[in-house]
Amino acid sequence: MLLIRCPYCEEERPELEFRNAGEAHIARSANMAGESDDDFEKFFFIRSNPKGIIYERWRHMHGCARFFNAVRDTVTDKFVMTYKAGEPKPSKLPGAGK
Amino acid sequence: MSGAFRIPGAGRFKQAKTARFSFDGQSYTGIEGDTLASALLANGVHLVGRSFKYHRPRGILSAGAEEPNALVEIKRDAARKTPNVRATVQELYEGLDAQSQNRWPSLSFDLGAVSDVASPLLSAGFYYKTFMWPKAAWKSLYEPKIRAAAGLGVSPDKPDPDHYSSRYAHCDVLVLGGGAAGIAAALAAAETGVRVILADEQAEFGGSLRFESGAKIDGQDGFAWAQAAVAKLAAMDNVRVLPRTTAFGYYAQNFIGLVERVSDHLKAPGHDLARERLWQVRAKRVVLASGAIERHMVFADNDRPGIMLAGAARTYLNHYGVAVGRNVGVYTANDSAYAAAIDLKKAGVNVAAIVDLRDNPTGPVIDEARALGIEVNFGRAVIRAGGKLRVSSMTVQPKNGGGERTIAVDAILMSAGWTPSVHLFSQSRGKVAFNDETKRFVPGTYAQDCVSVGACNGTDGLSATVDEAYAAGAKAAKDAGAKAAKGNKPKVDASESWSRGMLGAAPGAGPDTTVKAFVDFQNDVTAKDIRQAVHEGMRSIEHVKRFTTNGMATDQGKTSNMHGLAIAAETLGKAIPEVGLTTFRAPYTPVTFGAIVSHARGPLFDPTRRTAIHPWAEAQGAVFEDVGQWKRAWYFPKAGEDMHAAVDRECVAVRKTAGLFDASTLGKIEVVGPDAAKFMELLYTNPWEKLEPGRCRYGIMLREDGFIYDDGVVGRLAPDRFHVTTTTGGAPRVMNHMEDYLQTEFPHLNVWLTSITEQWAVIAVQGPKSRDIIAPLVEGIDMSDEALPHMSVREGKICGVPTRLFRMSFTGERGFEVNVPADYGQAVWEALWAEGQKHGAAAYGTEAMHVLRAEKGYIIVGQDTDGTVTPNDAGLDWAVGKKKADFVGIRGMARPDLVAKGRKQLVGLKTKDPKVVLEEGAQIVEDPKQAIPMKMIGHVTSSYWSENCGRSIALALVAGGRERMGETLYVPMPDGVIEVEVTGMVFFDETGGRLNG
Repeated sequence: MLLIRCPYCEEERPELEFRNAGEAHIARSANMAGESDDDFEKFFFIRSNPKGIIYERWRHMHGCARFFNAVRDTVTDKFVMTYKAGEPKPSKLPGAGK
Repeated sequence: MSGAFRIPGAGRFKQAKTARFSFDGQSYTGIEGDTLASALLANGVHLVGRSFKYHRPRGILSAGAEEPNALVEIKRDAARKTPNVRATVQELYEGLDAQSQNRWPSLSFDLGAVSDVASPLLSAGFYYKTFMWPKAAWKSLYEPKIRAAAGLGVSPDKPDPDHYSSRYAHCDVLVLGGGAAGIAAALAAAETGVRVILADEQAEFGGSLRFESGAKIDGQDGFAWAQAAVAKLAAMDNVRVLPRTTAFGYYAQNFIGLVERVSDHLKAPGHDLARERLWQVRAKRVVLASGAIERHMVFADNDRPGIMLAGAARTYLNHYGVAVGRNVGVYTANDSAYAAAIDLKKAGVNVAAIVDLRDNPTGPVIDEARALGIEVNFGRAVIRAGGKLRVSSMTVQPKNGGGERTIAVDAILMSAGWTPSVHLFSQSRGKVAFNDETKRFVPGTYAQDCVSVGACNGTDGLSATVDEAYAAGAKAAKDAGAKAAKGNKPKVDASESWSRGMLGAAPGAGPDTTVKAFVDFQNDVTAKDIRQAVHEGMRSIEHVKRFTTNGMATDQGKTSNMHGLAIAAETLGKAIPEVGLTTFRAPYTPVTFGAIVSHARGPLFDPTRRTAIHPWAEAQGAVFEDVGQWKRAWYFPKAGEDMHAAVDRECVAVRKTAGLFDASTLGKIEVVGPDAAKFMELLYTNPWEKLEPGRCRYGIMLREDGFIYDDGVVGRLAPDRFHVTTTTGGAPRVMNHMEDYLQTEFPHLNVWLTSITEQWAVIAVQGPKSRDIIAPLVEGIDMSDEALPHMSVREGKICGVPTRLFRMSFTGERGFEVNVPADYGQAVWEALWAEGQKHGAAAYGTEAMHVLRAEKGYIIVGQDTDGTVTPNDAGLDWAVGKKKADFVGIRGMARPDLVAKGRKQLVGLKTKDPKVVLEEGAQIVEDPKQAIPMKMIGHVTSSYWSENCGRSIALALVAGGRERMGETLYVPMPDGVIEVEVTGMVFFDETGGRLNG
């Protein structure tokens, strides 16, 4: 069982308390009704599904109930870091090369 | 006497009490402290099972968890029958009742053994080839027959009466394996004061000290030192010592699963003790001290009972005081078997000969064997074993060919070398590295905070092991935050050391032969099978494994994997590391479902939710149905009524006078804050800004893809406060959906969301007399139609307690939903019920509720919709705000396919024969005479007998449904085609006058 750090609780908690909520940093358009079919397709259906680093949304469902973002390695399952919802995509990951 | 093969003066249980037990109905005597295996061997019993595929007679190979052959059924009573128990692990208790498996009619005469003769048909991958034709015969004939013929034990057929427990634990240093290495590491860590857990799968700690007669630590016999050290550890407050506990899985971030066998070794455990206990341990550091497992020699008929691992024979002698034979042969490729021969010889057992594959080995054990007068042969191989139910001879030949010589023996002790147990290390995702010199895989690159010590790390010799383990234990404690402590490192005075050995088939079982030289005993895989797999095109070791099933039995190839790999590599002409190991997976040894499930079964499997009014409904004899976790009153049968009679009566009562319905399970969410209306605008299709406080609206929630997600009536209590209701099953996901948008997409909105499902009990009072029933109990609310029109809400008091009184209807009648704090739910219900009795009101359940709403064409999300239905499909366009710039689903709803013609739309169906009630889920076609498969244009979503309409009614999703009004369609059923007419969705009171009736 993984330990996941909730950036709001500032604690590592067992994964049973959390729920994955899909890929992060997919912005909902401010002009949703005016989106083209192609743009809506990109927004709603297309996901990156990478081998390696993925940016995800998680919810501390059975804890503080907050949504937050996490950087996870899909190969090792390791959580690289977590950060609060609304914060920008980190430009540099801990442990990454200089 | 506890067995003819028990040697007086040998073993560690000299004062032990005897214990009677039975095997296949025959009564024997063992001693307390025995395993079933040692007790059987003490009685001269080697034949204990039949093999999986060929039904070959099998004996006891090992003295531990790696045992592939000696699997038995242990029976305590009719319900307590445990199959596939390893006799080498099962501790003996008075009265133990064991049965052999996979044989008929008896163990010594097994008709299934015909498959040994027919074995050319059953070679590697046979099920992919031999039984392929005719195709249909696989399912009906071959597979059932093969499954019946091959196999392990029989599953118990009664519910498990035992109970299991589980615990979580945290520690600084977790030491897995309680041999010399594990004990030394635990001592070093424990002396610093950090929290230590030491676990070992055996009943007694000591590991290989159980058989290493030459080991001396701190001036004591090795095993005695181990007992003293573990007693010292167990007495320390910061240490937990877990015997009979197997670490079966190493998971992410040092999370280890262990299973403790609490009472399987006891004669009469009683119900107070759990059978097993699951430990889920999170450790800062893990020390792996899992030891090594001896390999057998791969030669012809190496599976005859009486042929066993040399270390096992030594364990049976030195620990249990049992000689595995009176005239034993030894076949080895390394030094360790010599020690076994020497110990047995000294105990008075004749050692017929040692056959050593090596050319000119030297060393003290060889000298000692010779000095004891044992015949030692170098450069020779055992090319065949004689005997069937018990080995009777070994045939020896120079390894490069030459004259054969057959030596009579009653047991063969073999050793091809020792394989480090890297299972847990590998499960931790560490990468193993191949040491070419010693021909073994040892831990290479670590992936987690753990360290391997001793034999599992490829460290040879007791002295080096204890040094390494003690240092590792101290470092693990330091890494976990301990301060340095001054401890006493155990001092090894005498030790044994061996390494090397051989991998793969021995001479006489090479590629030019067709003999049955077993690699994997449990799955009956021979050296020839592995070569055949390579010849048939398997290149990857993973493919070879699956094609031959080598290493795929319940022992997971503990003795076979390295041999299998070496034979595959040789056949492929590649080096071993190029071919690579197969993946080690949890569990290390089989784990019972009971241990994993623990108490989470039966009523404790999932929470049961009951409403505040549940006890009343129960007292009235209500029949309940499960809706998610909720128990809901389904109908309230009176004496002599069946379900239909009860539902008909309830439905009529509601429309004639009134009915009371427990609607407490409806999901309820309070949306509060200055931006509450803005938030509602975004989450629901409807407009909310202009809804006046005190009024209600039916709301539809979509997902971003434009499909209906949930619905419910929403009351605006104040400009900044909405009381939202959801479907019963949808409450948690609607809350999640709202929170998701509020926290991540619309965080600028000043809104709070609170689940209030459990806080309010809800009593629906519906029917022409509903106001008359409620009014006398209400204070502070004007109940007139002018003051409280349909779709409005007021706060006030009922029976003296606060209420949110909704005027709304899910029946089409004048109706109210009385919300009161849940603690008052039953009291208010009883008061309303008493009032209702004056008017002839009935209590109605969920079935009547479904019928009544269907009579009015009100949909149920999840029944009449299925996640692919848009508001337009459901005829709910009127509930979508046309002027709104944004709401969740606004764009998805406009996708080309969702606005295309011919979509399935919700309509009503009337059967031509009003008495026929359609089946929900039934398919609808245009032309019943068309060829099968017919073109299905829709399906029935809801269907009931309506006593109020005097006929059956149904709702259905039909392609282009709204353009088919009056059309005749057909519902083909197994016993005939049903004619239906497409109608509107409202079957009763089409004008809706009764809402104010």
